[in-house]
Amino acid sequence: MTTPGEPEAPTVPHPALWAVLYRSSTPFWEAVARHELSLQRCSGCKTWLMPPRPMCPRCQSAESEWVPVSGRGKIHSWVTYPESPHPAFEAPYSVILVELDEGVRLVSNPSGIAPEELEMDMPVEVVFEDVSDDFALYKFKRAG
Amino acid sequence: MQMLEEYRTKSYRNDLRPPVDANLVKDKTAIVGIGQTAYSRNAERDELDLACEAIKKAVDDAGLTMADIDGLEALTLDRVSMPTLIGSLGIENLRFTSEVSFGGGGACALVMHAAAAVATGAANYVVVYRALNEASGHRYGRGDGYAEYLTAAPTLHYGYYFPYGFLTPLSWAAMYTKRWMHEYGIKLEDTGWYSVVLREYAQNNPDAIFYGKPLTIEGFHESPMISAPLRLYDCCVDTDGAAAVIVTTADRAKDMPHAPVYIAAAAQSSPIETEIQTSYNRPIVAGLPETWYVGQELYRQSGLGPADIDVAQLYDPFSYGAMIQLEELGFCGPGECVDFCLGGDRIRVDGDLPLNTSGGLLSEAYIHGVNLVTEAVRQLRGTAYNQVADAETAIVTAGPGLPTSGLILRK
Ligand SMILES: [Zn+2]
Repeated sequence: MTTPGEPEAPTVPHPALWAVLYRSSTPFWEAVARHELSLQRCSGCKTWLMPPRPMCPRCQSAESEWVPVSGRGKIHSWVTYPESPHPAFEAPYSVILVELDEGVRLVSNPSGIAPEELEMDMPVEVVFEDVSDDFALYKFKRAG
Repeated sequence: MQMLEEYRTKSYRNDLRPPVDANLVKDKTAIVGIGQTAYSRNAERDELDLACEAIKKAVDDAGLTMADIDGLEALTLDRVSMPTLIGSLGIENLRFTSEVSFGGGGACALVMHAAAAVATGAANYVVVYRALNEASGHRYGRGDGYAEYLTAAPTLHYGYYFPYGFLTPLSWAAMYTKRWMHEYGIKLEDTGWYSVVLREYAQNNPDAIFYGKPLTIEGFHESPMISAPLRLYDCCVDTDGAAAVIVTTADRAKDMPHAPVYIAAAAQSSPIETEIQTSYNRPIVAGLPETWYVGQELYRQSGLGPADIDVAQLYDPFSYGAMIQLEELGFCGPGECVDFCLGGDRIRVDGDLPLNTSGGLLSEAYIHGVNLVTEAVRQLRGTAYNQVADAETAIVTAGPGLPTSGLILRK
């Protein structure tokens, strides 16, 4: 409760709300919500389109398909935040860059791997964490 | 053709570029005035106020009056309202304005576009400026501006980064720097000399934020790790201030108070799959292709090569951002830039390549790279605080790791 004349505390939106900034991203996140990792691929020249987009940058085709991928890859690099830049994230936390077996690189968080355990080229596989009824995040754990 | 094939094979295709003898900017345009405010941590002044002061000083320096100015060139993200600025300066009839995108990557493009305007007769004297209260006001570097990235034209890939807390420019840079260090076997204990030498330069520059505050190599290694492998003193210094330059044709420049500083080459580059500091889906994470392309184009236009450059002003949002440019611009080989800076002698004022001689963005001020242009002009006029003997050519670059730009200037 706030009393009259007292400003309400500002609410800080969770950055996950910004996942779909363009309509071309919707199928990707809908698949993630179903715990599926699918990437957009050009129907013409078979180039992976990540992030998803309306036109293939290599052949300018507007035809594309959504292709389930392995979800397996290696840690290409990572950063650890000793202090949190946003109240939605509790420090320390790490952000990893995963190179999928398909060659596409994705930014994500490690799941069940402490910052000090991260290693270059560590094999990882995808896991899904539900954020709400209709939104999930893909993260990566050590490959089994 | 593979993505970025020219870059991957290091074979720049001159035949794809416009003929040099048709270039209206090269040697036909010049910088004739420079101005700046005090650089501080808290100016307690509006950016409009700072912009007016820097521009008036540049106009005075060029021996002009405000009535001579008929063009204005700004960054899209400058927070000074252009109509308000025009009214405040009292420019009677502005005939040319344009804005350049890409933040710090546009620093040299500002000059390039101004030069194109005067070369084509769109204007006579174009002001280029940057004013910002980065220290006391909006702080891009601290990441509290992330919501702002989403307002006007949000970059598509942010939707895949922000949900994971990947929010700050420094961490975006640390991601590729870490991979770069891994691929080339760079040892953390060999780093730091870049920051130490720039701080030395700042000790002779009373305008520098870090004037009177020297840094030893031990002090560098004791500074806090902000986002590994980046320490506090790897980072640029948030600044309140403004800087401005005046561009006109070489013909007009001949009769002005200062010896003209000619634009020998000007280039922009935005290679495919280049994001704003997060270009992780290019073939090589650990590289700056945009800087390589700009360098190749600057060398092609000017007819000069790395060995012909007397002094370099390379945009340094953080130390490695400038050092890796040394590799992409051909001053050393791949993975050799930390060795190039080891001990510091090569980049000091009497070294092979005096680098960021005002103290750069790390130790002089962060005026989004426009202060690197003004320092290059001082070097070629012979009026720098850390003057390189007989400097006749200077290379200047803009922000690395995003669509960028560059200049070669000469006496
Ligand atoms: Zn295609």
